[in-house]
Amino acid sequence: MSDLARVMTEILVAIVQVVAVVLGGPLLLGLMRKVRSRLEGRIGAPIHQPLLDLRKLFAKQRMRPRESSWVFGAGPVLLVATAVAVVAVSPLATTRPPLGQSSDFFAVVFVLLLGSVFLALSALDTGTAFGGMGSSRSMTIGALAEPALLVAILAMSIPSHTSNLPALVRIGLTHPAVIASPARILALASFLVVILAESGRLPVDNPSTHLELTMIHEAMVLEYSGADLGLIVLGESMRLVFLLGLLVNLLIPWGVADRPGAVFFVVGLVALSLKVAVVGTAIAVFEVFTAKMRLFRLPELLAGGFVLALLGAVTAVVAR
Amino acid sequence: MNEVCVLTVALAGTAAAILGAALPPSTRVGAAVMFTWVSCVAALVAAVSVLHSGHVIALSSSAVIPLTGVTVVLDPLGAVFVIAIAVVALASTLYWLGYASHGLATRSASCALPLFVTSMLLVPFAASVATFLVLWELMALTSLVLVLTDQSRREAARSAAQWYAVMTHVGAAAILLALVMLSAHSGGQTFADIEAHARHLSGVARGTIFVIALLGFGSKAGAVPLHVWLPKAHAEAPGPASALMSGAMVNLGIYGIVLVGNVLLGGGPVWWWLLVSALGVVSALYGALYAATSSDLKRLLAYSTADNMGLVLIALGASGMFAASGHRSTAAIAMVAALLLMVNHSLFKGALFLAAGAVQVATGTRDLDRLGGLMRRMPVTGVVFLVGALSVAALPPLNGFVGEWLLFQGLLHGLPTSNTSVVISVAVAVAALALTGGLTVAAFVKATGIGFLGRPRSEEAAQAHEVAITMRAGAGALAALCLVLGLVPMLVLPALERGASSAGRRGATSSTNGWISLHLLGLHGVLAPSLLAGGLAAAALMVIATRRLVHRRSHAWPAINSTEPWGSGRQVQTARMQYTATSFAEPLQRVFDDVIRPSRDLDVSHLAESRYYIERIAYRTSSDDVLERQFYRPLIAGVRWWGQRARWLANGSVHRYLAYGLIALVIVLVVVA
Repeated sequence: MSDLARVMTEILVAIVQVVAVVLGGPLLLGLMRKVRSRLEGRIGAPIHQPLLDLRKLFAKQRMRPRESSWVFGAGPVLLVATAVAVVAVSPLATTRPPLGQSSDFFAVVFVLLLGSVFLALSALDTGTAFGGMGSSRSMTIGALAEPALLVAILAMSIPSHTSNLPALVRIGLTHPAVIASPARILALASFLVVILAESGRLPVDNPSTHLELTMIHEAMVLEYSGADLGLIVLGESMRLVFLLGLLVNLLIPWGVADRPGAVFFVVGLVALSLKVAVVGTAIAVFEVFTAKMRLFRLPELLAGGFVLALLGAVTAVVAR
Repeated sequence: MNEVCVLTVALAGTAAAILGAALPPSTRVGAAVMFTWVSCVAALVAAVSVLHSGHVIALSSSAVIPLTGVTVVLDPLGAVFVIAIAVVALASTLYWLGYASHGLATRSASCALPLFVTSMLLVPFAASVATFLVLWELMALTSLVLVLTDQSRREAARSAAQWYAVMTHVGAAAILLALVMLSAHSGGQTFADIEAHARHLSGVARGTIFVIALLGFGSKAGAVPLHVWLPKAHAEAPGPASALMSGAMVNLGIYGIVLVGNVLLGGGPVWWWLLVSALGVVSALYGALYAATSSDLKRLLAYSTADNMGLVLIALGASGMFAASGHRSTAAIAMVAALLLMVNHSLFKGALFLAAGAVQVATGTRDLDRLGGLMRRMPVTGVVFLVGALSVAALPPLNGFVGEWLLFQGLLHGLPTSNTSVVISVAVAVAALALTGGLTVAAFVKATGIGFLGRPRSEEAAQAHEVAITMRAGAGALAALCLVLGLVPMLVLPALERGASSAGRRGATSSTNGWISLHLLGLHGVLAPSLLAGGLAAAALMVIATRRLVHRRSHAWPAINSTEPWGSGRQVQTARMQYTATSFAEPLQRVFDDVIRPSRDLDVSHLAESRYYIERIAYRTSSDDVLERQFYRPLIAGVRWWGQRARWLANGSVHRYLAYGLIALVIVLVVVA
């Protein structure tokens, strides 16, 4: 295959992955809401409702607080841009994403963090108490979640001697024993805790609340409207799909395309959607039976996640 | 050529100091800055030629310091430090041109600042105990003068200078002791002599010397618990001086540790480096925690310096541990990571302190709770601070991220091949690093968000104007370098590798694929920072274009409209309703209550008529340094008590003093005999 054809394929792969996640994010939100409402005895909105909401939001006027600066506008854009950038280069439908060699777990996490930081900054830029409250709380949770996250990455990276994402997914295909190893399982459990915390799901934050005193994420984005709000909803849902996609590919890599070829890629895409839908449903079911934790109980949850990850890292070294 | 450079550094620096002291106020700062630049450029030329050619510069003269003479050697390790210091000094002195009219044009300051820069530039050149100590003392004294610049206006500056003077001299005494022990053994006082003889020392003696030197240099690097002077002195020093102290001077503490540990003693057993790592972990966590809860802008930056130096120490310690267990390539990576973290820190902390100085000039305050809204009023300073903050927080595409990535890779690849004690300490180091990272992000979101965004919290902040062009240029240059090194770290990595290999950590660590991606040699680790940044920029443009495209098809106009934020139904929202730095940090402070032990004070005064009505509530909280309160205050009290008790020994009677002399002489004779 010529260089040009290879580059074109890579670009195509990136575009398809991004489009899939852009559509899949809102659909996952719709699915999770649907599951919730059915379990609560309601019919609920159709699964594609979030997509309709987005269409409506993008057509509306954007409002910004009078004394805000350019940072307020940059927040939503960077939130989506960071999500797009990491989705394009990550092993979601295939283990051969574009620039796969330099798609590093640490780098991906820090790029996502850039989006969160800009969102927290733009919340402070609104000049209101709510913005500051959401920003402060989400930064606190982020600071406490980071040890669990990075040690979990470390624990997963030790057996394969690399933190390269495609390699981490591929080793599950070639050496399934790695997935069943305590290191990987403990690390993934910790990763799941971090995902719930970072994407503002129960028991960390209630995504459907607008009660001032308890909200975290919603408080941060309170001043956004129109297309900006649309971008934030989209960005958050893309991050959720991305993180869950990574989680399932690290846990059950089968189905992901490991060879070049359109058929394998489509199979990978379908497999990814199914796996993410199953995990999303499970999280929705879990949310129905869970209450939100108090903010000051969260350190215990995140410390628990950290301990799991540390155990994983230690067993990874001992097992060698 | 090289000799000329070294002489130029010293002579131009001295000339700058003399001119700064002698000329009238209108011209003294300009002249001092010109000659300081000559000195910096000469140092840069010398350092770059050493790194480029690999030949060390060596000079000696017996004429300059009586009895011992001066010995000057610049090896690649020293050259790395010289470059970092020279770059920060160039930017800070440019900034000084604009800052001078705000209280840094006095005779003493214009004399001390060039001398401070020159002595820092020359410390890595020193190659004998006497040369080193003279330059080290000169650096300490001139920076002390700079800390005292504002003492007539600020009581706190005097106390900060006192703390600084004591801590730096206790440190200098420890360094003196370590170096004298080394030279006593080797019989000569040049570093070459010491290096040749040090391997014949017993393990206990080597360990003792290393620990003493670590304490001495650690106090200069701001390692916790020897950091107490740092948040005081760095905060009280005027803008350019605090940038120089935090961006350049603390590096020399690291230089000293590498000099004694790696070069003079030629490496050591695992426990040395475990100690260094432990010091690093404690500094990193403690610094990050106090940075996250501090509400004074410059104190926050100073604590973050302790935190960053902790990261450098972790990397140094890891490098030593890997080398001691025989893993040369990971040891080399960790050493390069240490140097990169240090260079990065010089750049971003220099930029941040210069921006903080600009804020102080424009608003007259450093209290975050009285700032806000500066991004609109001081756009350049705001962006500089934001870039610096993102860089400290190790976010791509800035240089801080590359440094932390390299450190993580070093730890990750060193982990599986080491023995148990190393494994446990490395795992703890990664966890500490991660928590530090999280806290740093929170601290700098707070500093940027409360200080520069939102609405002004005081009249001064509302009236702020952008500072002079030279100040913006000085700070902006450092911020631009942060971005450049974040995109193309390969610009400096080869130089850092040479520096690392002259510190005994040989082995190529990275191969660069053009200017784009960074491969770790022999390991599976690749990073393409510029592609990452390019992808991000492309994605951001795509998002903006899509939003515009979609919006054009709708009928809402204008696309964006500014309005009052929502106030829960209230009509009027004041700036005081915003979160402050204190309230932002409150959740973290509460989580780490047991460590920080903040003091809280709640005063409720009731109306005279009825206790059911409250007239006023006053709430005060302060998180002063817990180590200062729990360790240093009792220590000082103890010393004072001892001093009081010892006063009866000196009652003014000459006979008594003669008796002391006689007793001492007898004791000495007994001991000698």
